[in-house]
Amino acid sequence: MKQIKVLGSGCKKCTKTAELINKLALEQGVSVNVTKETDPQVIMAYGVMSTPAVVVDEQLVHSGSIPHTEQIQAWLSEG
Amino acid sequence: MFAIFTQLADWLTYSILNLSPDSKLGDAVHFFIEDVTKIYALLIVMIYFIALLRASLNIERVRDYLSGKNRGVGYLLGSGFGAITPFCSCSSIPVFLGFTSAGIPLGITMSFLLTSPLINEVAILLLMSLLGWKFTLLYVAIGICVGTIGGFFLDSIKAERWLQSFAAKALVQGQQKDQPQNEGTPVVMPFSERHQFAKDETFEIFGRVWKWVIIGVGLGAALHGFVPDGWIEQYLGDGQWWSVPAAVLLGIPLYSNATGVIPVMESLIINGLPIGTTLAFCMSTVAASFPEFILLKQVMQWRLLATVFFLLLVSFTVVGWLFNAFSSFL
Repeated sequence: MKQIKVLGSGCKKCTKTAELINKLALEQGVSVNVTKETDPQVIMAYGVMSTPAVVVDEQLVHSGSIPHTEQIQAWLSEG
Repeated sequence: MFAIFTQLADWLTYSILNLSPDSKLGDAVHFFIEDVTKIYALLIVMIYFIALLRASLNIERVRDYLSGKNRGVGYLLGSGFGAITPFCSCSSIPVFLGFTSAGIPLGITMSFLLTSPLINEVAILLLMSLLGWKFTLLYVAIGICVGTIGGFFLDSIKAERWLQSFAAKALVQGQQKDQPQNEGTPVVMPFSERHQFAKDETFEIFGRVWKWVIIGVGLGAALHGFVPDGWIEQYLGDGQWWSVPAAVLLGIPLYSNATGVIPVMESLIINGLPIGTTLAFCMSTVAASFPEFILLKQVMQWRLLATVFFLLLVSFTVVGWLFNAFSSFL
């Protein structure tokens, strides 16, 4: 199961990002655990300055916007 | 160039809605239609082109560039980058921490964060089209000054001792690290990527600000059509000294971004409110907002938070007084 974290201070875009990932994972039949991380200290530890950012299995893959559908599909189909 | 929007508003207001040009309502509706259509058209075209230009500028590069700059130019640079770098206000905390943990002094980081809400491409565009280029230049210059002086002041009182402890620790660690001296290698971005970025930005920014334009212009139109002619001029027109701090205080509970407040500024100035009082009111509405300050509590202690807030209020008041005093020379 993929552990996916959405980093962000809880703004609308972060919620949307998490929802989108969940929806696409369901479509692709990939089992994921999506959590939202809002603690500024944790976000700092990943070195992220623009949110929402996405971490897949502890690997920072994206930051600064709601990711495009194709990007998310690529992360989900890896590994 | 903008005459087409006046004609459109003429046609819609007087022919389609059948309102009389002499009535208060006709006046207000005309103002609303003309401004909203003009602003929407400008926004869509200009956001796209500006985004094309700054596609390769991102916050990480700004951080790398600012870290290791000496303080003298640092405040000015911080403030200047605050004006041109796009970032959503919900990112202020990560940006603050990112800068801090790169060892950038608190004052320079604050120069960046203070100027950022005051100046952005949408604000500049609206100011140009509604209030002219002289006013725009002035506004930008003041915004940069407030950020620069604010940052300098915070460092000179050693404000970093009032950071939350984890942020203070990150700052110290960042300063001990070797400063990366790279100026950020220039990224060559193919046009297709720039176009994609600009298209996304246009949708994203327009989606965020269109309602503010309606609210701002709506308020402006209401002021325009329904506040009795000469009322503002009669009571506040001489730039009475107390009207400036009063305007700043009034701006605090009102929360808007620059997009919503600029159409209101236009209307206030047309109605005879002195330029300094108007500026003070608008800057306070845009930059001194409680929701944003509460967010900063996560990285700052109350004392620092209160200092920054007070600093903003004082500087907006001084800006207002100066402009009222010298407005005859403008």
